[in-house]
Amino acid sequence: MTIHNLYMFDRHGVLMYYGEWNRKRQSGMTIEEEAKLMYGMLYSIRNFVNKMSPVDVREGFQCYRTSKYVLNYFETPSGVKFVMNTDLHSQGVRELLQQINSQIYIEYCVKNPAYHAGETIQCELFKTKLDELVKQSPIFKN
Amino acid sequence: MAIYSLYILSKSGGLIYQYDHTSIKVEVEKTFNYPLDIQLFEQNKRIVVAFGQKDGINVGHNLLAVNGSLLNGTSLEDGQEVTAFLANESNYPVSLKFGRPKLSTNEKIFLASMFYPLFAIASQLSPELKSSGIEVLEADTFKLHCFQTLTGIKFLIVAEPKQMNVEHLLRRVYELYADFALKNPFYSLEMPIRCEQFESNLQLLLEQQEKSGVNTV
Repeated sequence: MTIHNLYMFDRHGVLMYYGEWNRKRQSGMTIEEEAKLMYGMLYSIRNFVNKMSPVDVREGFQCYRTSKYVLNYFETPSGVKFVMNTDLHSQGVRELLQQINSQIYIEYCVKNPAYHAGETIQCELFKTKLDELVKQSPIFKN
Repeated sequence: MAIYSLYILSKSGGLIYQYDHTSIKVEVEKTFNYPLDIQLFEQNKRIVVAFGQKDGINVGHNLLAVNGSLLNGTSLEDGQEVTAFLANESNYPVSLKFGRPKLSTNEKIFLASMFYPLFAIASQLSPELKSSGIEVLEADTFKLHCFQTLTGIKFLIVAEPKQMNVEHLLRRVYELYADFALKNPFYSLEMPIRCEQFESNLQLLLEQQEKSGVNTV
């Protein structure tokens, strides 16, 4: 089990943070371009899921899997979006994303007076704590 | 356990076959007093809820019937416009039936061609080498399974999240496609499938699968 990377988007689709751990392949474009492509895809998937669903959705899109990786998606009520790519056997990624939101993002960014919503996260404490949490999680270790 | 629908996409991304197996009706009927506390607006010749979500009536639902008689587009059975009818206080209390709109054929074609780029981007954004496109897409209300054949045809099945053995079912549908559509001398590639035998065998297969799906759980 492993964690490949993490994207965080704000409610307008701006990339707030990108973290990378065990990424084996680069997409061959700059991170800005990649984030735009990723956000565009998620936007379409959300629309697609809302239309395709036989009954009214509550949370909507949760994850998709391909032959090599799983993309996990978690959106807070305020519209912050967390996207984490893991391998096929990882479980409980949603809970980890919820933890990242409540224990790291809220604590070290939202409560940080020097941070303004919609900016790229440059807070060192956020980065180190996030790295710790991810590396401690059972999904990363095994 | 339920399989909701099946889509077959040609290698260029067009919808060549669609079949709805189980459909769930989401409908709510409620009596309203004047003034109406739900905001409605007209979209594509339908009356849609814009604001005022309550009691199972959600934003995006369509107005289906007024006082038990079905709507004809945006007008009542006697030809009167719904908006004019609902603005008149003397017509209240009124019983309105709302429901989640069914996908129209156009919307199905649109959704099918929307899946094609999603599938391609998923493999482009992969953090691992040589990844395929989307195989399973999960939402809280359904799971979409996709199987792409070597020739590029995609089979999509929309099923309940707990439905088992869908991968196997997709391969069985592929067999049916090869047997009854491809071997039909009147069928031309990339064109919509209109073969009675394919359809009847498909129905049989889906019914069997649903029954056996229950047994294996």
